[in-house]
Amino acid sequence: MTQFVFWTLSGVAILGALLCITGRNPVMSALSLVLTLFALAGIYVLFDAHFIAVMQIIVYAGAIMVLFLFVIMLLNVGRPDAGSDVKGKVGKFWAGFLGAALIAEMAAMWRLLPGESFRLPAGTLAGLTAQRGAVGLIAEPLFRAYLVPFEITSVLLLAAVVGAVVLAKRKL
Amino acid sequence: MGHLDLSTASGMTLALLPEVMLSAWAFALTLYAGVRHRDAVDQRRAGLIALAGLVATLIVVIWMWAADVRSVGLPFMMALDAFRWATSVVFLLGAILTVLLSFSYVDRERLWAPEYYVLLLLATVGMMFMGSGLDLIVIFLGLELMSVAVYVLAGINRRSPFAAEAALKYFLLGAFASGFFLYGIALIYGATGTTNLTLIDYQLRSLGLGTNLMLLIGAAMLLVGFGFKIAAVPFHMWAPDVYDGAPTPVTAFMAAAVKAAGFAALVRVLLHALSGALPAWQNIVWWLAVLTILVGNLIAIAQRQMKRMLAYSSIAHAGYLLAAVASGNALGAGAFLFYALAYTLMTIGAFAVVAMAGHNGERDLLIDDLTGLARRRPWLAIGTAIFMLSLLGFPGTAGFMGKWFILQSILQAREHALAVVLVAGSVLSAGYYLPVVMVMFMKPPVSETAHEQVAARGAGRLVVAVTAICVLLFGVWPNPALDLARSGGHDLASSPQAPVSSTSGAER
Repeated sequence: MTQFVFWTLSGVAILGALLCITGRNPVMSALSLVLTLFALAGIYVLFDAHFIAVMQIIVYAGAIMVLFLFVIMLLNVGRPDAGSDVKGKVGKFWAGFLGAALIAEMAAMWRLLPGESFRLPAGTLAGLTAQRGAVGLIAEPLFRAYLVPFEITSVLLLAAVVGAVVLAKRKL
Repeated sequence: MGHLDLSTASGMTLALLPEVMLSAWAFALTLYAGVRHRDAVDQRRAGLIALAGLVATLIVVIWMWAADVRSVGLPFMMALDAFRWATSVVFLLGAILTVLLSFSYVDRERLWAPEYYVLLLLATVGMMFMGSGLDLIVIFLGLELMSVAVYVLAGINRRSPFAAEAALKYFLLGAFASGFFLYGIALIYGATGTTNLTLIDYQLRSLGLGTNLMLLIGAAMLLVGFGFKIAAVPFHMWAPDVYDGAPTPVTAFMAAAVKAAGFAALVRVLLHALSGALPAWQNIVWWLAVLTILVGNLIAIAQRQMKRMLAYSSIAHAGYLLAAVASGNALGAGAFLFYALAYTLMTIGAFAVVAMAGHNGERDLLIDDLTGLARRRPWLAIGTAIFMLSLLGFPGTAGFMGKWFILQSILQAREHALAVVLVAGSVLSAGYYLPVVMVMFMKPPVSETAHEQVAARGAGRLVVAVTAICVLLFGVWPNPALDLARSGGHDLASSPQAPVSSTSGAER
C-alpha cells in the first residue's frame, strides 16, 4: 500500500512539474507547481516527516505560491486572449485526471487510516514523536548539530535583503 | 589556543572566529550604509571601513594559521587545517585588492551605493565558508552566500543595460547550477547517509561505494554545479557576457576570488570526501581540464576587446587549475593553492589596468586602444606587461612558477597527455597576451591626445604596483609561499586517513 501511495504521489509530482514548465498560461503553471508541492508534502508524510510536510504546505504551497500568483497577476504576464490551458478534449482529460488523482489520494488515506485511528503509524520515529513532539525532533538537530549552517542561512538572508534593496532602490 | 573541541560552543566560536568577525563587520557596515549614504565621502568611508575589516580578518587568519589551531575529537562542520587558512588568505587578498580598486572606480562611474562594500564583505564570508566547510551543507550555504552577493554586485550599475543583462544571466544560470549542486548533495547523502566530508570518505571506503551508482551520479551533479561556478567548458557560456557587463572591479573579483572559491570547495570535496572514488571522477575532470584549456585559449585569440579577452583567458586558467585537480594528489592541491594565489594577483592587476585605461564600463576598450601606452604611461605599461607575461607563464613570473608546480603534480600522477595539453595551451595563449605587450611598446601612440584620460592615480596605482611586485617576487622567490601551499595541500590529502588523530601538531 505504501508503495502504491508513493508511486502515485511521485507520478502526480512529476506530472505537476511537467505541466508547470509546459503550460502557456503562467497562472496555470503556478497552480501546477502547487500540485507538485502538495504531492511532495505527501511523500514527506510517508517518510514520517509530518512537520516538514505541514511546513511545505503552509510555506511553499501557501505563502510563496500566493506571492507568485500575486506577482503574475499584478504584472499581467499572460496574454488575455490566450485563454485557459484547460481547452479541448486533452485539457479536460488532464483536468479530470488530476482531480481524480487527488480524490484517489484522499481515498487511499482513508483506507490507510480508517476511523478514529488518525494518529501516527507505529515505529521508532513515531514513538520519539509522541515523546518529544514533532517540532522538538526538528529543533534538536537544527539548533545543535546544524547550528552553524542555520546561522550561515541567516547571513545569507541578510545578503539577499541588502541585495534586493540595492537593486530596487529608486535612485542610485 | 592550540586545540579546539568543536562540539563545545566556545570551541566552535573560536574555530569560526574569522568568519564571525567579518560577518559582524559586514553587519556594522550595513548599519553605517543605512545611516550615511548621501555623497562620495560617505561612500569612501564605507570603503575604508570594509578595507579595515578585511585587513583585520586577514590578520586573525594569519594568526590562527601561525598558532596552528587544530581540532580535537570528531571532525565537525568546520575544518581547521592549513588548506582552510591558505584559501582564506587568497580570498581576503582578492577582496582587499578589489576594495582598493573600487575607490576611484565607483567615483568615476557614480555608483552611489555603499552597500557595494557590504555585499563584497558578505561574498568574502561566503567564500571563506566554501574553503573551510567540512560539511556539504556548509559548503553549499557558503556558495549561495557568495553567489547571491555577487549576482547583485554584477548588476550594481543600474544605468548600464549590459550590467543588468550580466546580472540576470548570472543569476538564472547560477540558480540553475545551484539546483544541480543541491541534487548532488541529496544523492550523496542518500548513498552514504551523511553530509560530513570526513564521514563520506569513511563510508565510501568502508562500504566500498566507489562504484555505487547513486554516489557517482551525485558526484557528477556536484561537478556540474562546480563547473558552472568556475566556468569550466562546457559550462562556460555565461562567463564572457557576465565578465563583460559587470563593473570592472567586480569582474576582477569574479575572475579571481569567486573562481578560486569554487575551486577551493571542489578540491576539498574531491580530494577529501570523494578520494575513494578517484578513478571515477579523475577521467571526468581530465576531460574538463583538456576542453577548458583548449576552448578557452582558442576563443581568446579571436577577441579584440580587452575585457572579453581577459574573460576567455580566465576560462583557460580555470583549465590549468582543473589540471592540478585532475592529478588527484597532495602535490596537485598544493600546486592549486600556489596557482590560485598567483592567479589572483595577476588577474586583479590586469583588470586594474583595464579599469584605469577605460571608461563607461570598459566594454569598448580594445586591445589596440593601448597602442603606444609605454610612451605616455611607462610604469603602467610595464605593470601591464608583467601581468600579461605572468598570465602567459613567462619564466621569472609567478604565473610560470604556478604552471611549473601544476606540471610537476600532473607528471607525478603520470598524466603525460594532460601535461602536453597544458603546455600547448600556454603556447596558444601567447597569441593573445603578447599582442598587448607589442602594441604598448612597439607602436607609437595613434594621436597626440591618446591616453590622456588614462587615470593612474590613488589606490588603483597602489593595486597595480603591489600586484606587479608580488608577481615578480613569487616568480623568482616562490619557496616560502610554496611551502605554505604544500602544507595546505598535504593537510587536505592526508586528513581522511586519520580523521580522529589530527592532533599531530601538538609539538609546535
